[in-house]
Amino acid sequence: MANPILVLAEQLRGQISDITFEMLGAGRALAGASGAPLYAALLGSEAAPLTAKLGMADKVFVADNPQLNLAPAATVTAALKAVIDQSQAGLVLLGCTNVSLGIGSILSAQTGLPLVNFCRAAKADGTAILLTSQLFGGKILSDVKLADGRGIVCLYPGAFPADAGRSDKTPPIEKLDVPVEAPKVTFKQYLEPETGDVDITKQNVLIGVGRGIQTQDNVQMAEDLAAALGGAVCASRPVIDQGWLPLSRQVGKSGMTVKPRVYLAFGISGAPEHWEGMQNSQCIIAVNTDAKAPIFDGAHYGVVGDALELLPILTDKVKARKG
Amino acid sequence: MNLYVLLKMVPDTVEELNVAADGKSLDSEFLRFKLSEPDEHALEQALILKEKHGGKVTAVALDAPEVDDVLFTALAKGADRAVKVPINQAGLGTAASAKVLADFFAAAGPLTPDTLLLPGSQAIDDLEGEVAPLLAAALKLPYIGVVCGVKPADGKVTVLKEFAGGLRGEFEITLPAVLGIQSAEKPPRYVPVAKVRAVMKSAKIEEVALTPPDRPIQLDIDRMYKPEAAGHAQIFEGAPEDVADKLVEVLAKNSVI
Amino acid sequence: MSVPMDPVKITLFGLPGIGLLWLLTIVAFGVFGYRAWQLIGLLRQGRYEDRFDHLGRRIQHLIKNVLLQPRIFNERSIGLPHFLIFWGFVIYAVCFNWALVRGLFPFLPIPYPDQVRPAELFLEVFSVVVLIALGVALARRLFYAPKYLHLSLDANFILGLIGLLMLTALFGAAFRIVSEPRQASAWAPFGSLLSQLFAALPENTARSLSNAMWWSHMTIVLFFLVYLPYSKHLHLLAAPFNVFFSQSATRPVGDLGVIGANEDLTAGASRWQELTWKQLLSGFSCAECGRCDRSCPAAASGYPLQPQQIIQKIKTHMVQVGLKAANGNGVPKLIGDVISEKEIWGCTTCLACMNCCAVWNEQVPVIVTLRRHLVSQGQVERTVQDMLGNLQRYGNSFGKSDRMRAKWTQTSGLKIKDARKEAVEYLWFVGDYASYDPRCEDITKKAANVFAQAGLDFGLLYEAERNAGNDVRRVGEEGLYEMLRDKNQQALAKAQFKKIITTDPHTYHTLKNEYPWNGNRPEVQHYTEVLDGLVRAGKLPLKKKLTGRVTYHDPCYLGRYNGVYDAPRQVLRALGLEVVEMPRCRDRSHCCGAGGGRIWMEDTEKIAERPAESRIREAAALEGVATFVVACPKDIAMFRDAVKTAGQEGKIAVKDIAELVAEAMTEQGPKSA
Repeated sequence: MANPILVLAEQLRGQISDITFEMLGAGRALAGASGAPLYAALLGSEAAPLTAKLGMADKVFVADNPQLNLAPAATVTAALKAVIDQSQAGLVLLGCTNVSLGIGSILSAQTGLPLVNFCRAAKADGTAILLTSQLFGGKILSDVKLADGRGIVCLYPGAFPADAGRSDKTPPIEKLDVPVEAPKVTFKQYLEPETGDVDITKQNVLIGVGRGIQTQDNVQMAEDLAAALGGAVCASRPVIDQGWLPLSRQVGKSGMTVKPRVYLAFGISGAPEHWEGMQNSQCIIAVNTDAKAPIFDGAHYGVVGDALELLPILTDKVKARKG
Repeated sequence: MNLYVLLKMVPDTVEELNVAADGKSLDSEFLRFKLSEPDEHALEQALILKEKHGGKVTAVALDAPEVDDVLFTALAKGADRAVKVPINQAGLGTAASAKVLADFFAAAGPLTPDTLLLPGSQAIDDLEGEVAPLLAAALKLPYIGVVCGVKPADGKVTVLKEFAGGLRGEFEITLPAVLGIQSAEKPPRYVPVAKVRAVMKSAKIEEVALTPPDRPIQLDIDRMYKPEAAGHAQIFEGAPEDVADKLVEVLAKNSVI
Repeated sequence: MSVPMDPVKITLFGLPGIGLLWLLTIVAFGVFGYRAWQLIGLLRQGRYEDRFDHLGRRIQHLIKNVLLQPRIFNERSIGLPHFLIFWGFVIYAVCFNWALVRGLFPFLPIPYPDQVRPAELFLEVFSVVVLIALGVALARRLFYAPKYLHLSLDANFILGLIGLLMLTALFGAAFRIVSEPRQASAWAPFGSLLSQLFAALPENTARSLSNAMWWSHMTIVLFFLVYLPYSKHLHLLAAPFNVFFSQSATRPVGDLGVIGANEDLTAGASRWQELTWKQLLSGFSCAECGRCDRSCPAAASGYPLQPQQIIQKIKTHMVQVGLKAANGNGVPKLIGDVISEKEIWGCTTCLACMNCCAVWNEQVPVIVTLRRHLVSQGQVERTVQDMLGNLQRYGNSFGKSDRMRAKWTQTSGLKIKDARKEAVEYLWFVGDYASYDPRCEDITKKAANVFAQAGLDFGLLYEAERNAGNDVRRVGEEGLYEMLRDKNQQALAKAQFKKIITTDPHTYHTLKNEYPWNGNRPEVQHYTEVLDGLVRAGKLPLKKKLTGRVTYHDPCYLGRYNGVYDAPRQVLRALGLEVVEMPRCRDRSHCCGAGGGRIWMEDTEKIAERPAESRIREAAALEGVATFVVACPKDIAMFRDAVKTAGQEGKIAVKDIAELVAEAMTEQGPKSA
């Protein structure tokens, strides 16, 4: 039988992240092609109770050691290695996320398995697996072959459908006793984001502003449109770093993931870190002066033009239509 | 504090990126390189730590186009030493680069207990993984990534790590350690051209020769290519007034007006 | 003539007059001399720069601007009064010294000035004229004070003193005439008139009163001499030197170069001693009139910048700190404590201040010198840092690849020559905004077509062109300016051309005036100058006449900096348009607010009204004018934005001259502007 495929389930504060389901879906497809079993690993006492969600897997390995909660990458890797040894997994799937950052690299260094990062597509080709990864912010794609189907793959969030990984089934569980070395990195506490006045994840309409908005003053134009539409303003990282909007408005890898009905992106180029956070919006409208901005590849509608010129005109038209 | 900043040059995405004739690498004509953005933050964080807690900052880089400018700029910003390893960055995957850096530190002698290695958290060409955890694994040092704040306190360091949704976590890490810096406490400082030029005249970049790695690329890369212009979006053209009208229709269709 | 009165031959307070006079003179000159020596000592602590070149030109500049002082007349209400007070003062100063010498050395065979008929007449006439002028000045100061006129006790005190001097002279003459009636004559019209009031006085009383007036007069002048270096009236002595050493006498307007400095000036000044002696002299020369503040667009908008305050603060700080013994803690920092960073960054370098300063102070170079220090410390706001980083790396402030610079040519409909490969007559140095800003792209293409249709043989540097460096220099990044300049000069050296043409005034100014060109300076022209030349030679192929009333905005770097006012207007008239002037036109043009790197900066102040909005409103107030014509790409960006924010959409449209010329060169289409 082909090598089992092992997914490292990712959770944050007791919630299984979407990336886990994306990995399970991708893993299930690969497993189906090769006839291999699909396993999942849940590490830590915080994660252990969440086995029911992982029905897509053929078996869930659980190590409910509390020392594995919020453990450093090295510690998680050691535990994961124990699961790999126990399960005889040959292909490991990880999330390309802040939570899992580093685990793949350390695992690769310690097992000698090749690591393929930024993966957006995977398919089986006989015993081999063909992966497509994005580089340079998505400007170049790279096809990588794992000739014997063995390796470590980090999947890019949003590249695979999460629904393909959800299931009502109850998976069988195997408990593992994993010895944990005293970690040299210890978790102290969470720092919550300042609860802003607005929860952008609950909005129907979001007006996203990026570098193209140019100055802090211009953010007001976006606020005006948001007010007219009954929505809220959010931003990509550069705007937040400048301090023009609070952290609670950041959309992207380190920020919020949002799925509004309409996402209007003004002056946002569409870098992957931001795209990750809003790609599943129902309707994405992008306005940018650069016709080649990556956001136009994914958006539903686009305008190649000056956001600063269009914003007030659009606001007036919206008000006229409503009022 | 003994601070090492590890700088990597990456292709500048402002330019058009094209694939070379061999189909497996970037076309080098018109290709420009710039310092990976998280590495710029790593340098800034190192300088901030030096300003607050004293110590020495050493900037280390492999050879690449325009790397000399970057190293001189690091010196002009306040780094104490700049070291270049004359092995070409291009053509090395992240794993091989990390190996070269591991060799550098092995050759440099045992690390003092107040040493911090500060690479950027990740880079846009990290197909084989990130330098920070690979280096930490090779040197058997504790590691944490996505760091956005660093505070030393008696022999240990408290760091802030970014999760998602604006949530951050505080971790304590023992030294010596590897911190993958995502963003510095403050945005990278500006150093005027005149200062860099002065440093170019007065300071030198040290060179440390090391053996090039056997396997520059770990992965079996089938091909590299530009994504198909998905041309996904339906583009509205015309005067702003007309465009705005069309957008209003779209908004109405999506039930937000 | 009767035996003339000699005021020093009397006894005062038990002292012989001459002794008293010597005493007063020695004390007054001594105190004045000491103070002058202290102040000059401060100047000598400043950095050196060579302002001793072209002495002939400097003397001419001095004669015109001190003796005729045309700039004083740029404010009508005070122009003539000041001119008269000035000349009155000159005459009185000459006569004072004359009288003093005569008084100190009574054996000299010379009369007193008021004993010489022509001198007597001058003194008389001016005493009245000056009194009237003082009245106007005082009334203006008390009841109609323009904004930024520094109202101070010092100023009123000086007016009072001058008034007293005039009165003592007049009454002295009157009393003398009473005591020596044969003195009355047409040479002393007012004195004679006044003397009639006192005709009843006995001779001795009149004589005593006359002496009293003389002594009062001399004492007041000696007191004035002592008071002068402690008051704003120091401008009397410092201003002529300031004008003599003015940069405008010998160099292009607003030039930032310094000749003969023996230190590296790229890091600017963080302490007063790091400014040059000439920059420090500005403080002593400033008469606190407020003209610069009144013309400053930043001040008008509510930014904290006031050019007068920059000069005054440096002076006050220098005098306070420089004349104190110890230097320990608690010395205020020039940048930070005395002058805030916000003030320093508020300047658009429009030159309105330097254009109207009556003592020819150079406020803008001082501000740039302070900016250089902030840049050297990296204390520059984020957006500016990003721009400078882009300029350093890509040679343009937009952060786009240098290879994209000439991308606009691909959709221009023309095959434009590459001056690097073939010889052209005109090298068109396009500039950042015209090349990269999507708002300006259309105009650049139209300009290209205009040049082509006009038969100009022109070419570009294509990707070899870099930002010319004007704004970089004015932001204070001198090192980056030098780098851009050197790269451009290298590229230009390899290209073949006879003249340079540009549509961007900032580029125009820097290429024309600030690049060294290693002695081989080509002719640099703004495109309106070239078009004007073609118009006059009858070689501009216009296909139709445009009609309508337009107003033209003089760009700062084309107008005030380079004196090009008429060429654009001639072109517009040649198109058939009627040019209506805004109140603030030509050298009084109101800056759009983009210069000096301000287009890269954020507004963190509560702005009363942005400069560009103020300008648009000024234009909108003109009867029947629906087009605001500009000749600078940054103006297009700033003013089109301002039309919206000022709520003038539909009422006034912003167009570049190139667009209008292009329109006039096409067969069909609308005829009005």
